[in-house]
Amino acid sequence: MARLFALAVALLSFSPMAARADDAVTDFTLDNGMQVVVIEDHRAPVVVQMVWYRSGSADETPGVSGVAHFLEHLLFKGTDTLEPGEFSATVARNGGADNAFTSYDYTAYYQRVAADRLELMMRMESDRMVNLRLSEDDIATERNVILEERNQRVENNPSALFREQKDAVQYLNHRYGVPIIGWRHEMESLSLKDALSYYGTYYSPNNAILIVAGDVTPEGVKTLAEKYYGVIPANPDLPERNRAVEPPQTAERRMIYRDPRVAQPWVSRSYLAPERDSGAQEDAAALVLLAEILGGGQTSLLNERLQFDREMVVYAGAGYGAGSLDDTTFDLYVVPKPGVTLQQAEDALDEVIAEFMENGVDQQQLDRIKMQLKASQIYARDDVESIANRYGRALTQGLTVADVQAWPEVLQSISADQIMAAAQALFNRDRSVTGWLMSDASPDAAAKEVSQ
Amino acid sequence: MIRIICTTWALLLTLALPVRAEVKIQEITTPGGINAWLVEDHTIPFTALELRFRGGGSLDAAGKRGATNLMVGLLEEGAADMDARAFATRTEELAASFVYSSGDDTVAISAKFLTENRDAAMTHLRASLIEPRFDQDALERVRAQVLSGLRQDLTDPQAIASRSFDSLVFGTHPYGSSQDGTIESVTALTRDDIVAAHQGTMARDRLYVGAVGDISAKELGALLDDLLLDLPETGADFPPVAAMNFPGGVKVVEFDTPQSVVVFGQEGIDMTDPDFFAAYVLNQILGGGSFESRLMQEVREKRGLTYGVYTYLADRDLADFWAGSVASGNETVTEAIEVIRAEWQRARAGVTQAELDDAKTYMTGAYPLRFDGNGPIANIIVGMQMMGLTPDYVSNRNTMIEAVTMDDIFRVAQRLLDPAALSFVVVGKPQGLDPT
Repeated sequence: MARLFALAVALLSFSPMAARADDAVTDFTLDNGMQVVVIEDHRAPVVVQMVWYRSGSADETPGVSGVAHFLEHLLFKGTDTLEPGEFSATVARNGGADNAFTSYDYTAYYQRVAADRLELMMRMESDRMVNLRLSEDDIATERNVILEERNQRVENNPSALFREQKDAVQYLNHRYGVPIIGWRHEMESLSLKDALSYYGTYYSPNNAILIVAGDVTPEGVKTLAEKYYGVIPANPDLPERNRAVEPPQTAERRMIYRDPRVAQPWVSRSYLAPERDSGAQEDAAALVLLAEILGGGQTSLLNERLQFDREMVVYAGAGYGAGSLDDTTFDLYVVPKPGVTLQQAEDALDEVIAEFMENGVDQQQLDRIKMQLKASQIYARDDVESIANRYGRALTQGLTVADVQAWPEVLQSISADQIMAAAQALFNRDRSVTGWLMSDASPDAAAKEVSQ
Repeated sequence: MIRIICTTWALLLTLALPVRAEVKIQEITTPGGINAWLVEDHTIPFTALELRFRGGGSLDAAGKRGATNLMVGLLEEGAADMDARAFATRTEELAASFVYSSGDDTVAISAKFLTENRDAAMTHLRASLIEPRFDQDALERVRAQVLSGLRQDLTDPQAIASRSFDSLVFGTHPYGSSQDGTIESVTALTRDDIVAAHQGTMARDRLYVGAVGDISAKELGALLDDLLLDLPETGADFPPVAAMNFPGGVKVVEFDTPQSVVVFGQEGIDMTDPDFFAAYVLNQILGGGSFESRLMQEVREKRGLTYGVYTYLADRDLADFWAGSVASGNETVTEAIEVIRAEWQRARAGVTQAELDDAKTYMTGAYPLRFDGNGPIANIIVGMQMMGLTPDYVSNRNTMIEAVTMDDIFRVAQRLLDPAALSFVVVGKPQGLDPT
């Protein structure tokens, strides 16, 4: 649904793929500092325009959680020259679709239209970068919309509430511990001033990246970009992106979230982990492969041992959010079968990790994973929008175009030894959170209840 | 200043003609007699292949609800001389992607495979379609996964809402219950039931094929014969057309959660009806998913009562209905429903010329944008075959949208929109709502 926020570290989302240099990618920078990436795909007369801001919920000031996402909604209200709602109405009248999304590290806006409408899209998108006009009425109604969005995504969903609490426990100091959509009590009092303050600080060409993907040429995009975005002055007061850093984490944390709406209990374990760093992506690449080895699918070690051999779980998995500006997490989860307690499930999880640390990487499995990663580069070319998203995320998370293009080769270059070294550094319980999601007060009762 | 800019944009709108979808669909018949549609595109060295079997979960035998769904979940869990683990390992080695799924009206297989190992990938896919093992241990493992999902559905307001709505509208017809089955029915399924579901649903007399990508007509012909000729000639009988019950009013299912989830609907219209396109455009204006729809404007933009509200024309094989959904806090859901009812009534008076023009520009402009990759095109062309359309529909479809007049909209609104029959199911703890 529209004007959505993305859960940056969705447990199951896994896309380590990156484009290669031959993906017809061109990049340049306008005089005012706005970066531009053009991705050509001439198979259909379609274009996607995206503007990504290097600021998301983790760049908010304490006390106004959710303001980045709130502002994203408000950008569809008026400007000096556009009535409220006219932006989307104009896109629709041109047969296009538009939307936006907010995450911890970025806020992005996009339109998907026939390629010959690109100029109109640029005119409108550049307009709202600096000419937003908001009224108190806009604020009041849209605040109710985001509260309903929170209801829909979080309050009505015990797994989402559990994840929110887990993140808050994982991060002692960093804003990744605060939900993107915001804490409800802070959302309720978000004001016009809060929104405009965030807008004034972060929305400027020198904090933005334009990505145009589809049936376009770099020269054509450059001419239009200079005309519409190039004339907007850079913001000389754009703050440096120095966010609060995590202190050393020295205490293992455990949490239980109980909710009568939970019908399938499960165990989650997350470890604080390094992210992809520009020019040094090897550790992150090793963790991507580790997540695949442990929990990437039917033949992953967790499923081999717990689903097939011991028949204890419904399924198990692993996820790692490689793309992130600051320290990220590596997540494992186990969903026990009826009759298996959460304690038994957690113990079994730890036994599999211990076994892996003892026995190391199965080279044949690693070869298969690398073969799949290679093939995924071919399949990914079928969806130019996903390639655009990959660049947008990377460039707002401290990486460069060269990093994105090197990533597939970095993944292929990782050895079994590097994976083991990364695992050794990762699996430190002092930096972990173990969470149980369950419906009942007594931990052991959870399994009994579902078996009834 | 404002005026001038608006005029310029309006000019741009009128001058820019909608782009045409340009896909060259080849209709082929294989040497073995299988019909398929193909769009050749050699840009990327892979092929997207969509197989659909009409019937799907609705072909479940009496008392065997969920058999088709469980069977489809087992296709990749062991085939020919491979057990589940060996099958998965081989799929990974080939770096192919096979997605098996079932719905009320279809069993669907979505395959993507590289040109470099196409034959080996197809040998592997064939094993899962023709020689699935349905081993007892795999059956128990996947059954446990299905049961886990069914248990979660019991406390998921969205799932409760759609199940209550289906049961209200369709009663004992297969559409009246989830094709996933119930905890009881799935628990009772045996291996024989699974084998019967395989024979009954995946037969050649109900097969539709779409292929897009790096493959020629001749290569596809040979590939499909090898892949599919050994399927059974014919399968289970199709159920009758569904009788529908739309009593009007509101049915509340009490569930302790902060936001009420609402599903609503009334009778719809078949795609072959001469008024279908008028109804399709009317739905777009009323609640068709964009920010510009009347319901989005009234319920979200003006009143802030929801994050999203939609309607759609459900053109199923055995029933046509007009459905929608909304979610709103327990304190505000009553108002949201009142607004939707009022809009339903208001739309009976037709729409404005501006609304009609805007909807047409959107719909005709958006259509070609769908054809933007091998995967999406394969989906579209197999769907078209199931709807009984011909390839020229791709170039005629926008003309039919353009032809809809104000009179057509008014006529179809009067004929179809029925506020008294519009039936709501609400799951939550709605305040101030009088169930009827």
